[in-house]
Amino acid sequence: MERQVQFRLIKNGVFKILVVLLAVICLIPLLLILYYITKNGIAVINWDFFTQLPRPIGESGGGIFNSIIGTIILIILSSIISVPFGIATGIYLSENKEGKLPNTARLCVVVLQGTPSIVLGIIAYIWVVVPFKSFSALSGGIALSIMMLPVIIKTTEETLKLIPYNLKEASLALGVPYYRTILKVILPAGINGILTGFLLSVARITGETAPLLFTAFGNQFMNFNFLKPIDSLPYRIFFYAMSPYPEWHAFAWGASFILVIIVLGFNLIARGISAKWKVQF
Amino acid sequence: MEGTILRTEDFSAYYNNNQVLKNITFSTPKNLVTALMGPSGCGKTTLIRCVNRMHELIPDAKVSGKMYLMDKDIYSMEPIVLRRKIGMVFQKPNPFPTMNIYNNVIAGYKLNGIKMPRDNSDAIVEQSLKSAGLWNEVKDFLYRKGTFLSGGQQQRLCIARALAMKPEILLLDEPTSALDPKSTAHIEELIVELKKTQTMLLVTHNIAQAARISDYTAFLYLGELIEFGPTEKMFTVPKDRRTEEYLTGKFG
Repeated sequence: MERQVQFRLIKNGVFKILVVLLAVICLIPLLLILYYITKNGIAVINWDFFTQLPRPIGESGGGIFNSIIGTIILIILSSIISVPFGIATGIYLSENKEGKLPNTARLCVVVLQGTPSIVLGIIAYIWVVVPFKSFSALSGGIALSIMMLPVIIKTTEETLKLIPYNLKEASLALGVPYYRTILKVILPAGINGILTGFLLSVARITGETAPLLFTAFGNQFMNFNFLKPIDSLPYRIFFYAMSPYPEWHAFAWGASFILVIIVLGFNLIARGISAKWKVQF
Repeated sequence: MEGTILRTEDFSAYYNNNQVLKNITFSTPKNLVTALMGPSGCGKTTLIRCVNRMHELIPDAKVSGKMYLMDKDIYSMEPIVLRRKIGMVFQKPNPFPTMNIYNNVIAGYKLNGIKMPRDNSDAIVEQSLKSAGLWNEVKDFLYRKGTFLSGGQQQRLCIARALAMKPEILLLDEPTSALDPKSTAHIEELIVELKKTQTMLLVTHNIAQAARISDYTAFLYLGELIEFGPTEKMFTVPKDRRTEEYLTGKFG
């Protein structure tokens, strides 16, 4: 009896240590990535790196100003496209829990979430690049917006499902039409969840390279025309990393560092919003 | 009886072809409290929801028979027009969590896009909160969120919100069932006070509450209206055997 208890206590201790150990091992790659990116990236970062355009081969110096602006333009474009569709679908799914169309839509969302990003790039290539006969910011925005959709739809649906039914009743009982009830009572009550989902989806697409290869394509110059190719941070990293020049390799590290900081920033803001703007029922 | 506000004739309701209300005929007199009483599952909540057509939110709900508000057929009106004339207070207090107290009270106007001068809305807010017995407690922080109030205060805020629309009739769907005894007493006093100017239809499963504050009582059992009459009479000399058994606690 005594021995059995002793044995179990030992097993318990071993299990606890094992769980902590495995969790720590899990964190090592992440910390290593951050360490290398910071160590290699911070060396090239200076004012010029943010404000100058890339220089031609053979000339040293220059920066990635166009890539930063390009990434911002792509984020804005894809958000403008995906937010209305995503939130509308999320509302529809939360309001219609059962039925053929809602269930089909839910299945589509799951499939879309699992679709490789390069496939979405090819789709946008066929839809936009081929008819317009040019790589463009617009096609890149469309490819990225399709990537954002599942995240926005899912978080909107889950957030709105958690809002107490009696709020909707309270509004309808005052004679408020259904659409106004959704827009003025239900959506504001779920705004923190919806915003969080939106920011997470932005964080997800900011680092995407594959869908941009056939769409936004990349551009050495500054471009504000939606119908012309545009640069982006992940594409610039890809381009510099593939080059044979040591200086460009260093630039790739610098651009990676900036990209990681931006994505991390979006994630942290998303966390902050979900905690701070929580609506108390 | 003085003027009648709400009147039903042979009113029946069905969920999925399952009849839950059977040929109900009754009426609510003006400026009095009419209580709908009965054991759970008797259809009293369904009946009150049919008055402002909230049952239509449930798919496969059907009704037959007639129901009139001030002699106008409820089922030939637009639900959103009808619901503005009928106030409703629910079991659980449900103030709008994103709005402050002031906006909660005039939510019926705000959400419906009815614009009015500031002085007007100030007056409506003050008057409604006074009628709901909440003015003295909240007048100093009208611009704080309504969800910081206690449960009883929240429920009175919901009553103020309903009163702000100046409804013909106020529906109270077990308004005290989620509250503590003290808040319950407060709400009951309020209902008695409101009676001077407001017609009310009260759903309750609490026999004592019906006896305390209602003037007329309808006893429902298994979807049937067993007995309807002045509360005092029903509680002292019930006509039907089932009413007597319910009142003496033999079932329900």
